[in-house]
Amino acid sequence: MSQDILAGLAVILEEVAGVDPADVTPEKTFIDDLDVDSLSMVEVVVAAEEKFSVKIPDDDVKSLKTVGDAVSYIQRAGVAA
Amino acid sequence: MTTTPRQVVVTGLGATTPLGGDVASTWEGLLAGRSGARRLTEDWIEQLPVQIGAPLAVELPLGRVEARTLDRSQQMALVAAREAWADAGSPDVDQERLAACVASGIGGVITLLTQHDVLREKGARRVSPHVVPMLMPNGPASTVGLEFKAKAGVHAPVSACASGSEAIALGLDIIRAGRADVVIAGGTEAAIAALPIAGFAQMQALSRRNDTPETASRPFDKARDGFVLGEGAAILVLEAAEHAAARGARIHGTLAGAGISSDAYHIAAPDPTGAGAARAVRAALRSASLAPTDIIHINAHATSTPSGDVAEAVALRSALGNHIDEVAVTSTKSMTGHLLGAAGAVEAIASLLALRERIVPATRNLDALDDEIALDVVSIDNRKIGTGAALSNSFGFGGHDVCLAFTV
Repeated sequence: MSQDILAGLAVILEEVAGVDPADVTPEKTFIDDLDVDSLSMVEVVVAAEEKFSVKIPDDDVKSLKTVGDAVSYIQRAGVAA
Repeated sequence: MTTTPRQVVVTGLGATTPLGGDVASTWEGLLAGRSGARRLTEDWIEQLPVQIGAPLAVELPLGRVEARTLDRSQQMALVAAREAWADAGSPDVDQERLAACVASGIGGVITLLTQHDVLREKGARRVSPHVVPMLMPNGPASTVGLEFKAKAGVHAPVSACASGSEAIALGLDIIRAGRADVVIAGGTEAAIAALPIAGFAQMQALSRRNDTPETASRPFDKARDGFVLGEGAAILVLEAAEHAAARGARIHGTLAGAGISSDAYHIAAPDPTGAGAARAVRAALRSASLAPTDIIHINAHATSTPSGDVAEAVALRSALGNHIDEVAVTSTKSMTGHLLGAAGAVEAIASLLALRERIVPATRNLDALDDEIALDVVSIDNRKIGTGAALSNSFGFGGHDVCLAFTV
């Protein structure tokens, strides 16, 4: 499950921000490690909402520092839904 | 007391136009008399009275993320700026002495329109977070400034079809005033979309020769019926002469002066007396310390509209007197179409190359010179010229008049 989410995020990050999928590992931070700026981060979130059929409110986005944060959030949100 | 202003030279050129993806292919297209105009094939074109335009000759060499986060006008400016910067030898410049002046007449109108469609069809959550930086008119200047880390100021003077020339004029002022040593200056425009075409068509500004797009842009010709909307970008690297000399830069020519005026006549129509345009030409001569008799070539604004071309001819005779009869005048818009905010920058490059290569590209489609145009317009064949100075005119809706003066 979390592997599928990780792979899905890698596809989105490559599409939106040109990130090499090999670099997308749980400990990486979006902004400092993957060079995803705050605007592109919004695109990532919207694409993730669509791909995984979850809602990620703007207030929660701030807490998603690393790829792993996002994977767990999406996993929890998916279960809740 | 008078002081001699800092001399400003041109050390880099870059362009992407309806004739080619760089300066060399654009210049080759001008000398060959190629037309960049064609019938547009977008699915929205059938609803419009005007179905021709002059799109870019080649696709933009950009990565997917650049294409996603930059408006087309920003993309084109970036491509032209990269070419110009490389052409200038990719100079190692103090970033705090580097400025960017990159103008657009309309800004990110394609982004505005397509994102408005997204908003209506898919809702606010799907609107791109990049939409504001993409549609703001200073977006191209900012994109170019970021690329080369320009920290002495980033500017985007907006004056419709005079914008590109005004950006270059501002670059000259900035270097003369000592606020920077190098300025990346020029214009960009990407407005080939249904709404701009419909709007210009409603102004009766566009040619309706839908069946023969190559003959539609015919500046100074009796049968002209409006301009052909083009897209593209052109960028010049302007540099203080002593700065260029110190690094041993190759110099294309000198931006000797610039003149700016405004008509205060009408929001869109040119003043038929050409008074404002003539003031800009005289101001450019003064700024360049040139006499009318120094001018051997003029790249006219001449967009192929019935009223604009006549007003410019009147203005040129008023400003240069009878010496205008000795000047080789051309309108390269007969080949490129009208690139709006990029036009002045493309034509600045064409004027400079004409001086350097000593050849003026002929105005195409000039089958019969309008009786009201008393100018020596180069037509049919390109014309060899001697040495001297050249002027490049740009005028814009809003009554903007800009004239640039070049020497080599």
